[in-house]
Amino acid sequence: MKLRVIGTVMLLLSVIIASCQSEEQQEFQRYYNGGKIIYEQRCQNCHSAKGEGLSNLIPPLTDAGYLKSNKAALACIVKYGIKETIITVNGKSYEGAMPATDLAPVDIAKVLTYVTNSFGNKMGVITSEQVDKDLLKCK
Amino acid sequence: MKKLTGALFIVLLYTACKFNAADTPKLPIYGNRDTASNVVNGKTVIDSVYQTIPAFKFINQYGDSITNKSLNGYVYVADFFFTTCPSICPIMHRNMLKVYNDYKNVSDFKIISHTIDPKHDSVAVLKKYADKLGISGNSWWLLQGKKEETYQLGEKNYLVAVKEDSGTPGGYVHQGWFVLIDKQKRIRGYYDGTDEKQVDKLRADIKTLLAETNTNIAQ
Ligand code: HEC
Repeated sequence: MKLRVIGTVMLLLSVIIASCQSEEQQEFQRYYNGGKIIYEQRCQNCHSAKGEGLSNLIPPLTDAGYLKSNKAALACIVKYGIKETIITVNGKSYEGAMPATDLAPVDIAKVLTYVTNSFGNKMGVITSEQVDKDLLKCK
Repeated sequence: MKKLTGALFIVLLYTACKFNAADTPKLPIYGNRDTASNVVNGKTVIDSVYQTIPAFKFINQYGDSITNKSLNGYVYVADFFFTTCPSICPIMHRNMLKVYNDYKNVSDFKIISHTIDPKHDSVAVLKKYADKLGISGNSWWLLQGKKEETYQLGEKNYLVAVKEDSGTPGGYVHQGWFVLIDKQKRIRGYYDGTDEKQVDKLRADIKTLLAETNTNIAQ
C-alpha cells in the first residue's frame, strides 16, 4: 500500500517535471536531435564526428568565435557552399571548397542547431524562421 | 569421472601447446593465382604463383618519377582518391593520416595514393594538398600519371573499382579500399578506408607484415 502511494507520487512528480520543461527546451531538443542525423549523413565525412575537420584542408566547427560572429551567414554557407573564398577559422586560413546542398530551410536550421550546440559550442536554437530570414541576405 | 577430466585436461594442454607452436600470425595472400612447375634437384615441383603488382610509372607530388622499382623492398599501402572528392576521400585520408603517423619513420614502409583525376590534380595541386594535409618527406607519395594507366592498375591489379561517372558526387565512382602490398608485391589485405575499425586492423597488420618479410629476408 505504502509503496503504491510512493509510486503514484513519483509518477505525478515526473509528469510535472516533464511538462515544466519549457516549450523552448522541447523545440531545442527537436531541432538538435534531427540535426544530429543530418550532420552524420551530410557533414561528418568532411568535418568529422568530433567537428575537428581535416588538417589544413577542412576547417573545424569548434571555433565558437567564428560561429558566433558569422551566425547570420551560416545558413548561406550550408545552402550554397563555399567556393574560392579564403576563410580564417581558429587562426588558420582555409581555401578549400564546400559543396552546396539541397537541404530545406528547416533541415538547415536543424543541422545548424546541432553544430552550434556541439563540439563545445552553446549558441541555442536556430529556428527555421531565422534561416528563412538569413537566406534572403545571402551574397 | 575423474579419469575423464584428466583426459580432457591432457587434450586441452596438447591443443594449447599446438597453439603456441603455431607460426606468428600470417596474412592471407589475395589475387588470382597460377601454378608453375619447376624442376628442383631433378624433380618437378608445382608452386603457386601469386599475382603481383606489375611495372608502372607515375610522378609524385615533388615531380619525381616513381616506378614499381621505387617500391622494391617496401611494404606499402595503396589507395585511389582525388583532391576535390566531396564524399569519402576526406574520411579515407583522415584515417590514412593515422597509418602515416604510426609508420612515417619506418624505413621499409610507404603509402601511395593514386589520383584518379590527373587532369585537375597536377603535381602542383598534389603538393599543395600534401602540405595542407600535413604530410612531408617521402613516406607518403601522391601519384599522378596517365588516367588509363591508373584505372588499369586499379581494376586489373589492385582489384578495386575506379571509373568516371557524372552521376555521382564529384563525378567518379570509387571505393575507399586501402590495399596492403608486401615486399614481393603481392596483395596481403583489403581494408575499408572509411571504417575506423578496419583501419585499426590495417595498422596492426602492417606490423605483422613488416615482421614477416624481415624474417623471410633473414633466412
Ligand atoms: C566536401 C566536404 C564538406 C562537406 C560535405 C561539408 N563541408 Fe563545411 N566546409 C568544408 C570546407 C572545405 C570549408 C572551408 C571552405 C573554405 O575554406 O573556403 C567548410 C566550411 C564550413 C563552415 C564555416 C567554417 C567553420 O569551420 O566554421 C561551416 C559552418 C560548415 N562548413 C558547416 C558545414 C555543415 C553544417 C555541413 C553539412 C550540411 C558541411 N559543412 C558539409 C567542407 C565540407
